[in-house]
Amino acid sequence: MTPPTTCATPCPSPATKQMLKQILTSAVFAGVSAGVLAAFLQLWLVVPLIMEAELYESGARVHFAIDGSTQSDRGAPSVWEEPLRHIYTIGFSAVTFTAYAFFMVAGFALAARAGYEITPRRGIVWGLCGAIAVVIAPAIGMPPELPGAIGAEVGPRQVWYLATVACTLIGIAAIAFGPTGFVALAGVVLMAVPHLIGAPHLDAYFGVAPSELASEFVARVIGVALVSWVLLGLFAAMVWTRSEEA
Amino acid sequence: MTKNAQAIAQTQSKTRIDADMMGIAGAVLLGLTLLFAAGFAQASVLHDTAHDMRHAMSFPCH
Repeated sequence: MTPPTTCATPCPSPATKQMLKQILTSAVFAGVSAGVLAAFLQLWLVVPLIMEAELYESGARVHFAIDGSTQSDRGAPSVWEEPLRHIYTIGFSAVTFTAYAFFMVAGFALAARAGYEITPRRGIVWGLCGAIAVVIAPAIGMPPELPGAIGAEVGPRQVWYLATVACTLIGIAAIAFGPTGFVALAGVVLMAVPHLIGAPHLDAYFGVAPSELASEFVARVIGVALVSWVLLGLFAAMVWTRSEEA
Repeated sequence: MTKNAQAIAQTQSKTRIDADMMGIAGAVLLGLTLLFAAGFAQASVLHDTAHDMRHAMSFPCH
């Protein structure tokens, strides 16, 4: 009869080591691959609109002041003009999605501990919920802005943005995992709170870019976010289930 | 004896749960750090290089 081994600090059991490896591999693999794919979608659909808006920001194009009529040429500069700039975008997109992936995989780990099974199809639903929390819900109060848009101070807007993301995530979790209908209802109320308080806004409009350009930008940001987050959820769940079997 | 073994098993599983929670907390912390650097830090080098990504991901940028 061998005496049980004891550790002064909690010694990581094989199961814990396995889980840490699972968290790390799922988050990094899913984050980097979804982030790079998201960046390509953005370079195709979103970045040209950012570059076009910069023409209005710098005054190279003017929309509202030509002989009293509002018109200006349509067309974005080519994305091939500044390759280095776009390499940064790809890199930062990979970093941001890796951050998102760490949150998602931490959620997987918590859900799995509570006996919930993670599957690739469910990963897609997790991804959709991520896009709702991180992009769609904040966009209701603070639509994604083109360069050149003048808004309220950045600090309070960042606080409102983060608070909205947190409330929406907790609300969605309450609806998905809440033990009673009452908890789910409380989740819905929580999701509404940031919008009842309202995002910080100035009391005048300052936009220099055509409204068509701004609305096209917002729609594409949301569309690209949905696709990218679905990919993130799918990849994260695929690696998660695969490393569970291994 | 059986009781003893049970107690040991319980302590071990509790330790495991705590270590698991540390792992989950670590993942959240790592996520927050990366997110702050890429999306929210106002240092001008970070702001300029992450500029297009911040607009495209709907972070409040400037």
